[in-house]
Amino acid sequence: MSLHIIKNGLLDTIQDMGRYGYQQSGINPGGAMDNIAMRIANMLVGNDVDEAVIEMHFPAAEIEFEGTALIVLAGADLSASVNGEAIPLLHPIIMQKGYILRFGKRQTGTRSYLAVKGGFVADDWLHSKSTHLKVKAGGLNGRALQKNDRILLKEKHAQILPGEKRSFKILPWYANTSDLYVTNAIRFIPGNEYSVLDDASKQTLENENLVISRESDRMGYRLQSQPLQVTNKKEMISAAVTRGTMQLLPGGDLIILMADHQTTGGYPRMGHIISADIPSLAQMQAGDKFSLQQISLANAERLLVAQEMNLQQLQNACNFRLEEYFTTKK
Amino acid sequence: MSTPSYHIYPCGDHAVTIQLGDEISVSVNQKLIALFQHLKQNSIEGVKDMIPAYNTLTLVYDLALLKKKYPANSVYEKICLQLQEAATLITTETPAASRLVNIPVCYDISLAPDIVSVSEIHQLRVDDIIQLHTAQTYRVYMIGFLPGFAYMGSVDEKINTPRLSKPRTLVPAGSVGIAGEQTGIYPFDSPGGWQLIGKTSVAMFDAKKETPCYLQPGDEVKFHAISIDEFKKQKKA
Repeated sequence: MSLHIIKNGLLDTIQDMGRYGYQQSGINPGGAMDNIAMRIANMLVGNDVDEAVIEMHFPAAEIEFEGTALIVLAGADLSASVNGEAIPLLHPIIMQKGYILRFGKRQTGTRSYLAVKGGFVADDWLHSKSTHLKVKAGGLNGRALQKNDRILLKEKHAQILPGEKRSFKILPWYANTSDLYVTNAIRFIPGNEYSVLDDASKQTLENENLVISRESDRMGYRLQSQPLQVTNKKEMISAAVTRGTMQLLPGGDLIILMADHQTTGGYPRMGHIISADIPSLAQMQAGDKFSLQQISLANAERLLVAQEMNLQQLQNACNFRLEEYFTTKK
Repeated sequence: MSTPSYHIYPCGDHAVTIQLGDEISVSVNQKLIALFQHLKQNSIEGVKDMIPAYNTLTLVYDLALLKKKYPANSVYEKICLQLQEAATLITTETPAASRLVNIPVCYDISLAPDIVSVSEIHQLRVDDIIQLHTAQTYRVYMIGFLPGFAYMGSVDEKINTPRLSKPRTLVPAGSVGIAGEQTGIYPFDSPGGWQLIGKTSVAMFDAKKETPCYLQPGDEVKFHAISIDEFKKQKKA
């Protein structure tokens, strides 16, 4: 059983939670940009949360299912349809052999995740299946999906799904993820070099809308705002950066480092987006506006654990629903 | 680290940095590498990555996991305590293991697009540049920018050269460059602004190896000059 890529999208890659433990060698963690959508997609089909999924951008791929599979879409709404019928996000769906998944206009969000029950067969590089485009390793031959690729599934679904449950069907439950994303301000904690900003720039940072520029990708988002000014132009000695680090570029622009960020940098670190809000940022795209709000490190920790508990409850509910559906005769 | 002259700060809500002094120095970097190696042997619970740099060591940790396990505590403070404890164990006498790595470099002008202009900037002959660049033993202070890109220093003051004012869009893998007092080798074809004075046939990065990067933080590196014929022979091998 495999997926056949009839038409590739702008950037469709296999991603999981990323590879950690190699940053001392300059190997960045990578992984899904929106790790909440990625994990929820896995939960809805009963996978381990860190199973590899396909991350897609607009325009997304056209995919033929060469066998039956239990699938789900999470993250961006890219107007998905199956054989012409619109399908909802966050509902598990039984895909029938020969059916075709297509995408249309971008409605909300930027990155859409496709998970299949059992997971995809993908290259493992340094204990992760995430595609590392620079190194050309992990995922499918270390590259984005191309026309005529075939991605094998790890499990034969004909054996998982009982006979009467092998035809196309949108299952009658879904995950509500609205509490997991923020719609207003993106929160940050101050960085080690925050104090070099002058007072007016500190005000600008929190009071003005920031716009994501076109020079934004999986490595980072460049922001447009009034240029920020520093009181002290001292050169910084290169040091580590992390996902969410906001660096101040020499011209006064900010860049927020995302999944494929470099491991070190020499630009002042104004702040760091909190882990809980990275997925919300990951669903924004060029032209989107947002504001920043400073919070304490203690609150950042609390917000993440609250989010994780929310996810845990969702996982329990997903498991319960799946078990109930596939063990009872309907 | 016998003297508590360090500064610890958050590097995001899931990472902590320990900084030693505020300049690039061999002794500071040696202490950081010793601490890095100590923490590799005696890992702190929940730490999933360590990033040594010139005068900092950053620990990236699994905030969700630790906060679930220790809900009442600040995860940051917990990690800080353990990091401070480890730091007190590292003294100036703690020897950091290091290896000497010899790397062949071909300085032929066909592979070294900036070697002539670098020699002109310093009013030296091309041969002097080669002699000065191969005379030193360099320290790998840190790896960053690209997987396996080693920041090495320091080059002889006579060949200290600023970056190109306009970076190249494509620097071929294996190119050896100078940027200020630093020298380095591009592991991949990549954009870059370093002054290119040679090229090596040694792969700085091989994804198929369990340790994909040829150089590690703390390594000592010595270059030796090879002819263009030798370079071509090595390249084929």
